[in-house]
Amino acid sequence: MAAQMRRLVWPLLVLVALLAANAVASPGFFAVTVKGGRLYGSLVDILHFGAPLLLIALGMTVVIALRGIDLSVGAVVAVSGAVACEIIVAAGDPSSPGTVAGAVGTALALSVLLGLWNGFLAAVLRIQPIVATLILMVAGRGLAQLITDGQITTVTSEPYRRIAAGSLAAVPYTVLMAAVTVLVMWLALRRTALGLFVEAVGGNAEAARLAGIRATGLSVAAYAFCGLCAGLAGIIISANTGSADGNNAGLWIELDAILAVVIGGTLLTGGRFSIAGTVLGAVIVQTLSTTVYTMGVPPESALVFKAVVVFVVCLLQSPRFRAQVAAPFRRGGPPVPAGGAGPPAPEEEDGAMPTATGDGRPDPREVRR
Amino acid sequence: MDTAAEPAVHMSGIVKDFPGVRALDGAGLRLEPGEVHALLGENGAGKSTLIKVLTGVHRPDAGSIEVDGRPVSVNGPQDAERHGIATVYQEVNLCPNLSVAENVLLGREPRGRFGISPRRMNRRAAELAAGMGLDLDVTRALGEYPIAVQQLVAILRAVDLDARVLVLDEPTSSLDRDEVRILFDLVERLRSRGVAILFVTHFLDQVYELCRRMTVLRNGRPVGTFTTDELDQRGLVGLMLGEQAGELDRVEGRAHDGAPPPDAPPLLHARGLGRKGGVAPYDLDVAPGQIVGLAGLLGSGRTEAVRLLFGADRPDSGSVEVDGRLLSLRTPRAPIGAGLAYCSEDRKAEGLVADLSVADNLLLAMQAARGWMRPMPRKARAELVERYISALRIRTASPDTPVGALSGGNQQKVLLGRWLIMRPRLLILDEPTRGIDIGAKAEVQRLVAAEAEEGTAVLFVSSELEEVLRLSHRVVVLRDRRVVSTLDNDGGLDVDGVLAEIAEGGAR
Repeated sequence: MAAQMRRLVWPLLVLVALLAANAVASPGFFAVTVKGGRLYGSLVDILHFGAPLLLIALGMTVVIALRGIDLSVGAVVAVSGAVACEIIVAAGDPSSPGTVAGAVGTALALSVLLGLWNGFLAAVLRIQPIVATLILMVAGRGLAQLITDGQITTVTSEPYRRIAAGSLAAVPYTVLMAAVTVLVMWLALRRTALGLFVEAVGGNAEAARLAGIRATGLSVAAYAFCGLCAGLAGIIISANTGSADGNNAGLWIELDAILAVVIGGTLLTGGRFSIAGTVLGAVIVQTLSTTVYTMGVPPESALVFKAVVVFVVCLLQSPRFRAQVAAPFRRGGPPVPAGGAGPPAPEEEDGAMPTATGDGRPDPREVRR
Repeated sequence: MDTAAEPAVHMSGIVKDFPGVRALDGAGLRLEPGEVHALLGENGAGKSTLIKVLTGVHRPDAGSIEVDGRPVSVNGPQDAERHGIATVYQEVNLCPNLSVAENVLLGREPRGRFGISPRRMNRRAAELAAGMGLDLDVTRALGEYPIAVQQLVAILRAVDLDARVLVLDEPTSSLDRDEVRILFDLVERLRSRGVAILFVTHFLDQVYELCRRMTVLRNGRPVGTFTTDELDQRGLVGLMLGEQAGELDRVEGRAHDGAPPPDAPPLLHARGLGRKGGVAPYDLDVAPGQIVGLAGLLGSGRTEAVRLLFGADRPDSGSVEVDGRLLSLRTPRAPIGAGLAYCSEDRKAEGLVADLSVADNLLLAMQAARGWMRPMPRKARAELVERYISALRIRTASPDTPVGALSGGNQQKVLLGRWLIMRPRLLILDEPTRGIDIGAKAEVQRLVAAEAEEGTAVLFVSSELEEVLRLSHRVVVLRDRRVVSTLDNDGGLDVDGVLAEIAEGGAR
């Protein structure tokens, strides 16, 4: 646990630095106000607009921990939004809560189905996950365009709009949905044995299978969960704009999600994962987008700016880089003899060990414990 | 050839600290040209560390290394090769996708007018192989050859380097007897050319066969250097173990005390169980409290046979009953539910999850059997882990240490513990003592015997016939992927008898 926390220190520092830079550039950055029963402010915006990314990153975390990857989440975002909007538009009464609930339910169910499809390809048929999910990444966007007829479908439905704009006890629904998902996921993975199974299968699938864990079923379930998260994110994104855009909704969000997971310390090689790390990673990625606006970075340099910050985070997470940077500042550290012709401190070493090297009777075993 | 009386390698006073541990404490070594020298000690005694210091993988914190009488500092494996020191590791670290010739000459490819000349490369590699008495098609991919040949190719690479010092780190642990023979012939040829060879192994018989002198380490300190004439195997084991020397005696002759009554109804009843390309259909009965050993050469189908019983591979013929109830063998889950346990021969790939803690690894099978909905209560978990760590004498800094950080013997005990926690009725052990030191080996054997005495049935696969004979009540012999005979181990059976069966049994 302590080691896991330590790994989060550097991303946390980067987040603090980003927030500080924002505060300097725009003095009212930390201000949070309540207007019309809902919280407003830059910090709230980060969480509100970051919610879809966070949801997707959470699903992606489990998939990556199981040594998979899901490139199709962006396409699922588009499909989910398109399905929900088309159902609402086609319904007789777009403003009835029942219609909206049905539309959202259908969209989420379809998203789970798409996730199961990914899981079937990757875990059952053992197609490499990148290739398996690439299929849906391309096909899903095509599907979304078919559903919307290649147009941007706009909906005017108050209950649907409220999914993104509404709030409970001043907290936006979007933030609540993300928070509840984090909580549910933590309970499901860390309070049951699921998390252990995920880490075991991700760390060594064959060993886990021989220990009696249903590795294949677990992977399929993870892809289905990832699909569900992407579907929910799709609903939020579409409700936010009141429209479904088969072309651009969720475009490239899979890359941001993978980035968030990796910044959070979950390795792409599978095994150990960190939910807290993913939350942190997603917030950093979203803060970065916000920073581009508050700092007034010209749009043509925005991508380069983002890349530089990500590069810095990656450097800070590399133990090798940290050691190199820290070396000149460390004074009086342990001597590192070259082991050449004249090692500098053999006397000291000799004095440190018992003189009876040969007989071994004073039981060195005890000393070593 | 160099005729100087200087030792090929002289290491002395080597100290190497790792965080929290002093791995080497004044260790040393003196290698003469034209000798095969054994480096011995338990796991964790510092053998690997000393080798890694010699080959430049680790830098020593103190001490000196001389090569041919000149003090040197070795700054990495390539630097070691420059000094004429070549190493062959237990796990072959060549590229299986490249051809044999490419592997032998990697980094030193002969060049023609248009860059690397494949023709000259293949010719050079073929010459080297022929010079060592090996019949190889050097243009084939290395991965197509068995592991033994891959190891020989690694040695060929050292020969091409014109190495004056060759370090062999556990080269024989995955080889069968014939393959060991070929390897030894090659080593002997190199020795007669004046190459100094450092041989690290757990197989003491091989030490006495191949080496004249040996250096023993214990807990990172030198115990001494001896000739094989002045120290016999028993004395050697005593030196390696220190105060634990009594261990082996306690195991020997143990197995036959509590033989089960001959008319005990079988717990496991397999009929016609087989898999194409794995093992021909075979029958097997195991009674409670009975230890059945599986003997045969590597590749004779021992592992394949036991994997079918556990559902690790899906059989395509036959059936298995436990207590008269038919088992589904589609996955290991039904066999586990019926009380079967299987420790794979390949700890790393099929046994442990290296990144997970000792505690998680110990409890993995139990938790899988309970299902994900019912996590073990924290307290019960801690108690169970504590109990098995101390019962199996697993040496670990804490239960939360990643299991990958433990030594081989302790990892094996964790894997064994994972299944003992399940209180299995049939324990299937595939090479449980391979690659672990003699103390851990004795403990594993002791545990197996104790389990059987409490009524657990045991299936025991091992390449070491002495071990099979010492532990088993019955010995099943396999050859060429079929069961050729089943022998009762009632005192009349010896190694030669089993060897004869392995060689020509089943010619009925």
